[in-house]
Amino acid sequence: MQVDISRLKAGEVNLGTSIMAVQFKDGVIVGADSRTTTGSYIANRVTDKLTHIHDRIYCCRSGSAADTQAIADMVHYQLQMYTQMSGGPPSVHVAASIFNSFCYENKDALSAGIIVGGWDKEVGPSVYNIPLGGGLFRQPWAIGGSGSTYVYGYCDATYRDGMSKEETVEFVKNTLALAMSRDGSSGGVIRMCVITEDGVERLFVPGNELPRFWEGEEVISGKKRVDTAEPMTVEA
Amino acid sequence: MASPSVYNGSGFDFSNVTRNSFLEGRGLPLPKATSTGTTIVGCVYRDGIVLGADTRATEGPIVADKNCEKIHYIADNIRCCGAGTAADTEFTTALIASNMEMHALSTGRKPRVVTAMTMLKQMLFRYQGHIGAALVLGGVDATGPQLFTIHPHGSTDKLPYVTMGSGSLAAMAVFESGWKPDMSREEALALVAAAISAGIFNDLGSGSNVDACVITATQTDFLRGFVKPNERVEKERRYVFKRGTTAWKKEEIKNLVVSETVVGHGEQMDVS
Repeated sequence: MQVDISRLKAGEVNLGTSIMAVQFKDGVIVGADSRTTTGSYIANRVTDKLTHIHDRIYCCRSGSAADTQAIADMVHYQLQMYTQMSGGPPSVHVAASIFNSFCYENKDALSAGIIVGGWDKEVGPSVYNIPLGGGLFRQPWAIGGSGSTYVYGYCDATYRDGMSKEETVEFVKNTLALAMSRDGSSGGVIRMCVITEDGVERLFVPGNELPRFWEGEEVISGKKRVDTAEPMTVEA
Repeated sequence: MASPSVYNGSGFDFSNVTRNSFLEGRGLPLPKATSTGTTIVGCVYRDGIVLGADTRATEGPIVADKNCEKIHYIADNIRCCGAGTAADTEFTTALIASNMEMHALSTGRKPRVVTAMTMLKQMLFRYQGHIGAALVLGGVDATGPQLFTIHPHGSTDKLPYVTMGSGSLAAMAVFESGWKPDMSREEALALVAAAISAGIFNDLGSGSNVDACVITATQTDFLRGFVKPNERVEKERRYVFKRGTTAWKKEEIKNLVVSETVVGHGEQMDVS
C-alpha cells in the first residue's frame, strides 16, 4: 500500500520549516525559524515552533501546524500524568517514545516531523528525531523541515563532538540562517532554547541581525554590493 | 424488536458518498454552503482587546446578507469573530459559549480565553477541517488581554494583532504599517476600523459596515455599525407608477376571509 504522507490537506496551515537540535557537553540546544504559511501567504512571521513538553524537554515541530500542536498537547498531558504517577520527571527517551507511538500509529492521518531534545538525570543531554513515517532515532544532532535539505552538508562539515555551549549556539544559528536564506518556506527570526540541568534559557535573533554569508555581487557593473541594511522607513 | 440484519450493519451509512462523487463526476456538483467571504481582525491595546468585522455574507457571487453579525458571544469577557462557512462559525461558537458557561459554573471562576481557545482547537482538530470555521478569539481574563487565531484544521497562533478571512491580506497590510504597542482605546479602534475598511473596499468577499467590539478588564462594548461607509442614499428619481396610470372599467371587492362557527358536539365532560 502506498500512502502519500507528505501531502497536506487543502488549505491546511503548514510549518514549511527549518528546525534543529544539537547535543553538547552540558545540554541540548533546540532551534527553529519562525515562518508559518498557508499556500503563499505567511500566516505568522514570529511563530514559536519550540514547544515546551516538560521542565527539561522541548520539541521542534515541522509539517502540519494543527497536527503537531495536537500531538504536542497530548504528549504534554501524558507526561504530566507520568510525572504524578512515577513521582519524578520523565526521561527524554520516554517523551520521544510517546511522540513516536502517536506518530507511528496515526501515520496515515498525520504529517508531522518532530525533533525532541532535552536533559535528564539518566543519560544527560539527548536528541531524538521522529521523521514523517514515525520512526525513532537518537542522534547527536538532528535537522528537519523543508529547509534542512539545504544544510546537511554544512552540518556534516561543521559538527564536532564535545563542543561548548557558545560554539553550539553559533553552529545552530549559522545552520538555520543558511537554511532560511535558501528555503522560501523558512524565514523570519531564529528562536533557540538552551536546555541544561540548571534550566532553560531562551535566545532570540531578530530578522535583521541574522548571520550573513555570501550574497552575490553586481555582475554587470562589476561593482561590489553596497551594504544597505537600513530598514525602510514608512511615513505615518 | 427487529434483529440486526447481516446486510445492513449498524452505525453510519456512507453509501451516499459514492453516489455524490459519481454525480459530481457527471457534472452535478453539490450545493455550496453559505460562506462569509470576510474580513475579521483583532488587536491588543493598552487596556484590552479590540475586535473588528465587516458585515457582508455571500453565497457564491450573491450578497446573501448586507448587515450580518460576525462577532459572536463566548462569555461576558470573551468574544469570537468568525470567517469561513457561516453555519459552522455560528454553531461552533454557540456550542463553545454554552460549554464555557458550564465550565464557569462548575469551577466557580471567571472563564479564561485559553480555555475557549483549547475547546475550539480540539473540536476543530477532531473534525479534521470539515468544520470550515476560521476564528479570531479575543478577551480579557485573570492573566490579562489575550488574542488568538484558530484555523479550520485546529492550529492556533497567539499574536498582538491578527486578521482572517478573504480580506485578511488587505487588513494585515494596514496593521503591519500602523500597529504599535500600548495604543489608546481611540487609536486601536481607529486602526481596527481602517483595517476592516481596507477589506470592505479592496476585497470582493467583504463589504457593508464595520462592527467593532472593545473588551477591557471591567466591561465589554459591542459597537454594532461602528462605521457605515456604504449607506444607501436617497434616489434622485422615483420609479413608482402614478395613481391612475392604468385605466379600469369595473371594481369588485371579494371577502377572502372564511368565517366559520364551531358547534359543540359529543358529551360534556364529567367534572362533578
